[in-house]
Amino acid sequence: MTAVTDPRTTADPTPAKSRSRFWSKFLANPAAILGGVLVLFFVTVAALAPILPIFDPTATDWLAVRKAPSAEHPFGTDEIGRDVLSRMIWGAQASLLAGVVSVAIAVLLGVPLGVLAGYARGWTDAAISRVTEALLAAPFLILAIALAAFLGPSLTNAMIAIGLSAMPIFIRLARAQTMAVMTEDYVESARAIGLGHIALIGRYILPNIFPPILVQSTLTIATAIIAEASLSFLGLGQQPPAPSWGSMLNIAKNFLEQAPWMALYPGIAIFLVVLGFNLLGDGLRDALDPRDH
Amino acid sequence: MLAFLGRRVLIAIPTIILISIFVFGMQKLLPGDPVLAMAGEERDPEVLEYLREKYRLNDPIPVQYLNWIGNALRGDLGISLRTNQPVLELIGQKLPVTIQLAVMALIIAMVIGIPAGVLSAYKKGTWIDWVANTVALSGLSVPNFWLGIMMILLVSVQLGWLPASGYRPLSEDPIQSIKTMLMPAFVLGTAIAATLMRHTRSAMLGVLKSDYVRTARAKGLSERVVLVKHALRNALVPIVTVTTLLFGELLAGAVLTEQIFTIPGFGKLVVDAVFNRDYAVVQGIVLCTGVAFIAMNILADAAYRVLNPRMKDQ
Amino acid sequence: MPMKKTLGLALAFALGTTALQAADLRIGLQEDPDVLDPDQSRTFVGRIVYASLCDKLVDITPGLEIIPQLATGWEWSDDGLELTMTLREDASFHDGTPFNADAVVANIDRSQNLPESRRKSEVKSITGVEAVDEFTVKFTLGAPDATLIAQFADRSGMMLSPTATAAAGTDFGLNPVCSGPFSFVERVAQDRIVLEKFDDYWNADAINFDTVTFLPIPDTTVRLANLRAGDLDMLERLAATDAPSVKNDSGLSYAEAVSLGYQGITINVANGAGADNPLGQDARIRKALSLAIDRNVINQVVFEGAFAPGNQSFPPTSPWYNANFPLPERDVEAAKALLAEAGFADGIELEIQVANNPVQMQLMQVVQAMAGEAGIQIELVAKEFATLLRDQSAGDYTASQIGWSGRVDPDGNIHQFMTTGGGINDSGYSNPEVDRLLDAARTSTDLATRKANYDAARAILEEDLPIIYLYHVTWIWAMDQDIKGFTPYPDGMIRLEGVTKG
Repeated sequence: MTAVTDPRTTADPTPAKSRSRFWSKFLANPAAILGGVLVLFFVTVAALAPILPIFDPTATDWLAVRKAPSAEHPFGTDEIGRDVLSRMIWGAQASLLAGVVSVAIAVLLGVPLGVLAGYARGWTDAAISRVTEALLAAPFLILAIALAAFLGPSLTNAMIAIGLSAMPIFIRLARAQTMAVMTEDYVESARAIGLGHIALIGRYILPNIFPPILVQSTLTIATAIIAEASLSFLGLGQQPPAPSWGSMLNIAKNFLEQAPWMALYPGIAIFLVVLGFNLLGDGLRDALDPRDH
Repeated sequence: MLAFLGRRVLIAIPTIILISIFVFGMQKLLPGDPVLAMAGEERDPEVLEYLREKYRLNDPIPVQYLNWIGNALRGDLGISLRTNQPVLELIGQKLPVTIQLAVMALIIAMVIGIPAGVLSAYKKGTWIDWVANTVALSGLSVPNFWLGIMMILLVSVQLGWLPASGYRPLSEDPIQSIKTMLMPAFVLGTAIAATLMRHTRSAMLGVLKSDYVRTARAKGLSERVVLVKHALRNALVPIVTVTTLLFGELLAGAVLTEQIFTIPGFGKLVVDAVFNRDYAVVQGIVLCTGVAFIAMNILADAAYRVLNPRMKDQ
Repeated sequence: MPMKKTLGLALAFALGTTALQAADLRIGLQEDPDVLDPDQSRTFVGRIVYASLCDKLVDITPGLEIIPQLATGWEWSDDGLELTMTLREDASFHDGTPFNADAVVANIDRSQNLPESRRKSEVKSITGVEAVDEFTVKFTLGAPDATLIAQFADRSGMMLSPTATAAAGTDFGLNPVCSGPFSFVERVAQDRIVLEKFDDYWNADAINFDTVTFLPIPDTTVRLANLRAGDLDMLERLAATDAPSVKNDSGLSYAEAVSLGYQGITINVANGAGADNPLGQDARIRKALSLAIDRNVINQVVFEGAFAPGNQSFPPTSPWYNANFPLPERDVEAAKALLAEAGFADGIELEIQVANNPVQMQLMQVVQAMAGEAGIQIELVAKEFATLLRDQSAGDYTASQIGWSGRVDPDGNIHQFMTTGGGINDSGYSNPEVDRLLDAARTSTDLATRKANYDAARAILEEDLPIIYLYHVTWIWAMDQDIKGFTPYPDGMIRLEGVTKG
């Protein structure tokens, strides 16, 4: 609910012009650029993990257990002597994947349902809306905890749980957007000339609801990354020895006094990447908002 | 107004039934039989079977559901399998704690979020705007549990300023109670301050362009008076709405924060109950928070209508 | 100026709290106890509360000898089928109900016959109990039972007020009434359990606190932070990794005792289809796994050397430990040779389930790395504890990292795990000779005979290895330096007789 985009945002009839206006607005916003840079940085690091000259993230060393940062291990070592820096770099993959995949699940399930509700109206709409409300009223984290516990603790299951719990936002958004687009004159006339349902949805509705969904997705990735970290913190996310930032924190909280670096760096990394997605999403929203000149 | 409220409450009923079916169903699908999970090291098969019969866990799931919902309607939410305490009593013990935490967090969020939103709207497009924005989004981007741990490490262990836990009820020891709640409320408050700031900013942007602000300025009133007396007062409608919704969210959303600061509220109760398969407790709490969330939604809508009579029924 | 004011306030606060806390003891627990009814309860942590709330017929010394508590003396008949106990005459329950032989009869009846009772198997051998006179009670047994007295040193021996059990039934745990040094005041779930001194306690002079408050604080770091901040007077189950810092802290004191329990890897050898794999079928592979593990390194890396490495159901310090099978040295080559002999010269892959808590995960990652060097590739399957337990008792697992909190009598650590059809024999292990030896050990009251039987059983189990034992937890208590007179016990309980503050 933090960032549900205003449903009045609709497409501009002249795409090329609007695209250049989008870029000029986006690039004029230093916060958005900062967000973009942060996201790009972490995506690059995660992608390069296999070829970077770093330690094996699962290689243990009994003689270097919980060693403070040094030249050899810039971020120190963890509770069984693994290099924290290389676990963070590999952990970036898990955390970003968790964000992107769970949002993909939410979008792929939520958008069709939302469009269906907004397009068909009537009983279909009422039924989908009630279920959405019920899902929204069930507390997000409790839902995710119960789902993850049901499916068994693993990164995949955490992503499914987060995706399902994030779905209602997209149902609502897609429904509202669809209903708004349906009242536009050009849609009315397209219907009048007898365009079929599929064509109508494909040609007019989907392109028009794309921008707000994109904005919402960016912001929800941020929430999903935190959610994965929270589930991992409860032991329900990525399972060792594979690293993720959340599961690193889960372990680190037992060694706050002896090895504060174990908690410090993964926490900062989560903060920066989430901030990146939030700033980026926020910037996209401002740049796509036609009301605001 | 009454008709509006009545209709909203009627619409809420199927939603609440759906929540209850949903939670009940999920509970039943959880692996790990509650009786076995409770048994721990004591796994006498005869006793386990007796308990399954006693708590009617062998009945078909729809029968179990009807049973539970029937009792719930009579105000009986069952007992905790772990401690034998009635669920309603547990909720009664936890609700004031969580409400206290939510109220304190909300106050902190308002103190930060509303002025930041006003300032950022007033200085729109300047560096003040985007710094305020970035700072607000930072609050939203820090994982609660990490901030909580770091604060315990710094404020409690290193500096010794505030207790890390040891919550006391407000009625018994108000000073200790507020001291123990300060850090968790801050952690939660900074997270929702961002939302509040964003909504304040956009409401203020709308109001600042309006005619009466222009008129007020034309009358030569000071900028402070214009901002606070005219603009902010008019921007309050959406702010009140969003605050009500945030309160509903906080009632259920403090799960990890309560866990970190060992605050005996809803969040801690529900996490432990899920892990212990104490299903009656989970169902009772989710039902309660669900109802609270919907009630807050209705209240928010009602507040919106009262404050903004121009709005018509959708 | 503000500095002075703060100082003054701090001083006033410190003085105020000393006066107040002299009478109150605040103990941090690792978990919230379950129902406070000794007949129905099943958690270790609950027993810590009972140690202050409910007296037992007998108690133990730190060296595990049985000593009088509510019973002042006892005597066995020659055939081992009758136990006569004389009872303390100056004890009463918190509600004023007198403690006497009739109360014991009512308590044994409840442990045996309350449908919800978890004590049934512990007092199964008792076929009759009668009040000989007001303070003498006689138990009749169906067969000799060497474990019974030790059961009376735990929950089966806890005496509850018959008046209260009759009135409350299964709800007794909401307002427990016993005869211990403290009586129940209130409980707020997950927050606190408050007890107050029972003035009519027979040993009231040894009790130096007006109230005891138990505060469940599951996070070990937070629990220690609370102790350091002065919000707790003592805590149980300090994390082993925090032990050095507590020992170096002049404001805190430290106590430890090796527990009666164990941690290990239980292997499914015949519990359904889950046993159908090389690890379950071939003892050589289990032996190879055991040889690949360096138990001392585990203790150093995971537990800062604070725990006791182990390889049997009893810790090496126990009189029941079989010295013929000392802690094995790690031997990677021997492990590889055994694997080759079993037909897996190129290594083997196997799956071990583990509870998804940080310490057990850390332990198993160390095991995983060690086994890997011997060619045993372990895949760890993390499960939530409730699921792990379900899969384990259903036989839906290959191997499982799990432990046991331990019992005073050796029988409690081995019989139900290793005998055919035993209550917690999740491994499905069955060997008639082991059954015979363990049955004999539980019915003999002669210590030497019992020891010989356990030693013989160990020799067989050493070959079959249905459980690979890894280590024995050390109970660690940390407390404010003002707390004096605390004695650590291997059962992990906190006994407050003689403990003082300040």
